[in-house]
Amino acid sequence: MAMTEEKFDAIVVGAGPSGNAAAYVMAKEGLNVLQIERGEYSGSKNVQGAILYSDALEQIIPDFREDAPLERHVTEQRMWMMDDKSHTGMHYRSDDFNEEKPNRYTILRAQFDKWFNAKVREAGALVLYETTVTELVKDLKGQVVGVRTDRSGSPIMANVVILAEGVNGLVGQRSGLRDEVAPDTVALAVKEMHFLPRETIEARFNLSGNEGAVIEAMGTITKGMTGTGFLYTNEESISVGIGCIVSDFADSEVTPYALLEAFKSHPSIKPLLADSECKEYAAHLIPEGGYKAIPQLYGNGWIVVGDAGQFVNAVHREGSNLAMTTGRVAAETVIALTRKREEMSAANLADYARRLEQTFVMKDLKKYKGIPALLHGNKRNFFGTYPQLVSQAMQTWFRVDGVDKKSKEKAIFRNFRETRTIFGMLGDAFKLVRAWR
Amino acid sequence: MHIVVCIKQVPDSAQIRVHPVTNTIMRQGVPTIINPYDLFALEEALRLRDTFGGVVTVLTMGPPTAAESLRKALTFGADRGVLLTDRYFAGSDTLATSFALSMALKKVAAEFGQPEIVFTGKQTIDGDTAQVGPGIAKRLNYNQLTYVSKIVDADFAGGVIRVERRAEGGTQVLQSRLPVLITMLEATNEMRRGSVENALIAARAQAITWNAADVGIEDLTKCGLRGSPTIVKKVFAPTARTEKAVLVEADGSTDGMADALIDAIFERAPAVEEDLFEQAARQY
Amino acid sequence: MAEEKKPAPAAGGRANTKKELPEHFKAYKHVWVAVEIEHGQVHTVSYELLGEGRKLADKRGVELAAVVMGNDRASLEEAAVACFEYGADCVYLVCDPALAHYRNETATKVLTDLVNTYQPEILLLGATNLGRDLAGSVATTLLTGLTADCTELEIDDEGSLAATRPTFGGSLLCTIFTLNFRPQMATVRPRVLAMPERVPGRTGRIVEFDPKLVEDDVVTKVLDFIADRDSDKANLPYADVVVAGGLGLGSVENFQLVKELAEVLGAEYGGSRPLVQKGWITSDRQIGQTGKTIRPKLYIAAGISGAIQHRVGVEGADLIVAINTDPNAPIFEFAHLGIVADAVTLLPALTEAFAKRLRINRLAS
Ligand SMILES: Cc1cc2nc3c(=O)[nH]c(=O)nc-3n(C[C@H](O)[C@H](O)[C@H](O)COP(=O)(O)OP(=O)(O)OC[C@H]3O[C@@H](n4cnc5c(N)ncnc54)[C@H](O)[C@@H]3O)c2cc1C
Ligand SMILES: Cc1cc2nc3c(=O)[nH]c(=O)nc-3n(C[C@H](O)[C@H](O)[C@H](O)COP(=O)(O)OP(=O)(O)OC[C@H]3O[C@@H](n4cnc5c(N)ncnc54)[C@H](O)[C@@H]3O)c2cc1C
Ligand SMILES: Nc1ncnc2c1ncn2[C@@H]1O[C@H](COP(=O)(O)O)[C@@H](O)[C@H]1O
Repeated sequence: MAMTEEKFDAIVVGAGPSGNAAAYVMAKEGLNVLQIERGEYSGSKNVQGAILYSDALEQIIPDFREDAPLERHVTEQRMWMMDDKSHTGMHYRSDDFNEEKPNRYTILRAQFDKWFNAKVREAGALVLYETTVTELVKDLKGQVVGVRTDRSGSPIMANVVILAEGVNGLVGQRSGLRDEVAPDTVALAVKEMHFLPRETIEARFNLSGNEGAVIEAMGTITKGMTGTGFLYTNEESISVGIGCIVSDFADSEVTPYALLEAFKSHPSIKPLLADSECKEYAAHLIPEGGYKAIPQLYGNGWIVVGDAGQFVNAVHREGSNLAMTTGRVAAETVIALTRKREEMSAANLADYARRLEQTFVMKDLKKYKGIPALLHGNKRNFFGTYPQLVSQAMQTWFRVDGVDKKSKEKAIFRNFRETRTIFGMLGDAFKLVRAWR
Repeated sequence: MHIVVCIKQVPDSAQIRVHPVTNTIMRQGVPTIINPYDLFALEEALRLRDTFGGVVTVLTMGPPTAAESLRKALTFGADRGVLLTDRYFAGSDTLATSFALSMALKKVAAEFGQPEIVFTGKQTIDGDTAQVGPGIAKRLNYNQLTYVSKIVDADFAGGVIRVERRAEGGTQVLQSRLPVLITMLEATNEMRRGSVENALIAARAQAITWNAADVGIEDLTKCGLRGSPTIVKKVFAPTARTEKAVLVEADGSTDGMADALIDAIFERAPAVEEDLFEQAARQY
Repeated sequence: MAEEKKPAPAAGGRANTKKELPEHFKAYKHVWVAVEIEHGQVHTVSYELLGEGRKLADKRGVELAAVVMGNDRASLEEAAVACFEYGADCVYLVCDPALAHYRNETATKVLTDLVNTYQPEILLLGATNLGRDLAGSVATTLLTGLTADCTELEIDDEGSLAATRPTFGGSLLCTIFTLNFRPQMATVRPRVLAMPERVPGRTGRIVEFDPKLVEDDVVTKVLDFIADRDSDKANLPYADVVVAGGLGLGSVENFQLVKELAEVLGAEYGGSRPLVQKGWITSDRQIGQTGKTIRPKLYIAAGISGAIQHRVGVEGADLIVAINTDPNAPIFEFAHLGIVADAVTLLPALTEAFAKRLRINRLAS
């Protein structure tokens, strides 16, 4: 009895948030689903420490809070503009975030993905681990009919393959469905987990119970490259990282590791991490090309979801929610076609793209489609000049040194004017602030 | 032919951290793996089956999540997985563990046929005692072959097995009568990769799950904490050395560094200096 | 999740377990060491255990006895003399043709019979392949507690054996008791305990024991013994100087530099576990928790990060010297001397400089 002679309703490649969402929704509706993950388990290859946006998951598993491994719910958001010695910050903290169903959580991806994937199996999908899909199998007409893996044996057949393989999109590339990912549309993020007793974390960040704080930072910390740094509080650890566009790294001499080291030793960050035990250094790519970088999303017998489809809102650091939403929408498309016994042709799967247009995913990505170019085009200013100017202004303003306030104001404006090379600086800053909200 | 392999799911000790204040284990996010030594045993069992035919059963005792390790073993090509799980087993030391496992093995024998060979790993990386294997052998009255590096040959019809065993200062070549319990040394065996078919079978498989009553354990005082003669009274962190390494500084040249380092060594350990010189004098 | 947050089994529910030694165990007295003899040679770990056993026996005010078994009376008697000189008051001597080579079956029978006859309260064995093979079977036969791979043995205020051993891969230590069963058994790895002073002429009494073994009843036969080739035989645990390399060396070719330095120093060489996995060194040269414990006067570690599993194997060294490019490498936390340098360039210079000094000294003398 050759098991592989059977045909699955759908194969999902990858068990990140997008693949798990797709597989879960389909299996729950009774489809015969096979999910294939190259890692030892779902989450084993995924960079730890992230923010989970409840809404996208709620639409898939409404009562996820009951057993999902959540670290802290976010009650305080800090946005820092940093130069080498200082930061100018905006903090937003609200007791409203201590709501019954909190809106954002910090999570550890390894645990969260594992939990989500267990739900997928409970829903009835089969999952293969430590198995890498090497390429798609096509029939004579070019219809994708299955996948080949790095294990010996026959290919595995399915009506449709959902590519949830993450940012590199290698399977799609190898199968000629898309181009290689362009280096100026992806960021390389490096991050570390720093372990600390929970009491220490709570004291340092002024938190109680399961409250959490998040810091997003930009400025000279990226040494003129387009990128941001971040710091999230987990239950007993802090995730800290920094990421920049890959092509910028290539042009500069700075290594990602050195950048992270410098960020961690910044006088505003260092005391937050003091005496922690560092574990897990990891690097991962983030698609940041936005709307304009989205590849072809479907074809005969295949659909792309999540990072593989460049579905990340870099400005708001949202990714997993777009991944889950695109995964869910793809699943709903496949379910509808399967129910109607329609074939998985490109024409029919185009419904996926139409459905996506109705969601926040496409609406947001369209709204911000100019931002990546704006930031990248003016990176000297955004990641160097402006943060320094802001710091100088702050320092001038707050230092009490016998200079009268009027002169101080003048000095600040002179400083701004002298350094400002483009009149559009204020405009830029306005757009940026709005984008970061 | 029937072979049973005992495997244990263990925390990946490379990733274990100790809470700096409370000195307790921080289990958060520590992944579990199949005890690496047990994989060598599994591979050896699969090789024997490939040569002689028969069936390989994998047995594990642990919490329900240990079923994951069975699934993995099936992916490698094992034929059957048995999970022994019961809250009464919690806190078992090696004596209680080998008791529970030996009871499960008796049931395995009754239901699926008497195993000619029971394999365990050399030791686990969490318990690290190397006692469970010998304990099972004793209770089942199997001949015990520990630290086996190689199975030279096996005659299942004649009931004879020859193995190489790692002894102190050399290798013993032993002959014994089946059934035997073998604890497997880390061999040069590369673990195989199961086929797509194996992986699919494993993904579908339901582990056979037994509790204490299922395997005929009536006297629960032989299980878990109560059945364990050893008592852990205290867990504590090793006292950290307070002084860190004295870093030897030297001018940039490598030779300068080498000289400075040797000076520092000899200054710290004059006895070593003397020994070395004495030895050098003898050599020439 | 809730369960995972539980602290380690520190001071768990049984921490307060009272000692209620059953009546029939009260007669159990004296401290025993099962001496390891293979091919006429006593393993040094047995002497180390006698040294420690002496202290335990004195604290308990009881005798220290050694069990020696084998088939060659002359070498057994020689071993008995050594045992006395290392502190034993009494030697149980078991001589039988069936004990020619170590076999689990025969040794288990002898040792359990002896224990049941003479009733020791503490029984210690080396945590060697032989000792672990035997201890597990004996403990299960006697249904008593056994604590493996101890790093410290003590007698607590109530007179019980407190055996301390690493747990969770060396990240923590735990102290284990066997309160309600006898004997209290423990194994200790070679080189964990210090070698005791030998007292020439010290003597004691020999008790002969007839094991009543019948070769034909013994199922397992030793067909052959292939001794480790002397040239290739690593003797890391007993080397005075050990030079070791780690992944930081980058390639098996660079590992050669470690061997060259070891050669000049007349030292043994070894390495971290990944090197065994990569096939750069054989497993008998692995140093650490799952390799060898060493106690040299000088240990030089080049390109080794100093993971806890490595650390536990080298902490007994008198002087630990670390060469590492990363000033934050954990090895600098427990090394005595360190140098932040590229081992690939420093090792040859070190070899050269050592060689030069040793040569000069020879000329001077
Ligand atoms: C440092 C960093 C921080 C981030 N922070 C946040 C945050 O705070 N909040 C947020 O919402 N988003 C965040 N993101 C983005 C978010 O992680 C991604 O958008 C999200 O993980 C995308 O999910 P995915 O399922 O598409 O891809 P992935 O999570 O990358 O999953 C892909 C899966 O497919 C598997 N796979 C790949 N190829 C194959 C193959 N050939 N065969 C089998 N399996 C395969 C992989 O092993 C992996 O498990 C962050 C990203 C990074 C790098
Ligand atoms: C159950 C278990 C048991 C284990 N048992 C053992 C054991 O018994 N023994 C053991 O050793 N390990 C053991 N390990 C593995 C251990 O956890 C570590 O992974 C291992 O010790 C790391 O080896 P390493 O230091 O050689 O390599 P790495 O950790 O990769 O360190 C390499 C080091 O070299 C430095 N370096 C790089 N380049 C250079 C250069 N040019 N010059 C100088 N320095 C350089 C780096 O800074 C780094 O510190 C065990 C692990 C597990 C899970
Ligand atoms: N809970 C368990 N379930 C199955 N096998 C086990 C278990 N504990 C130990 N073993 C087996 O016994 C061997 C030795 O374990 P240990 O005595 O803990 O070092 C392991 O390599 C396993 O093969």
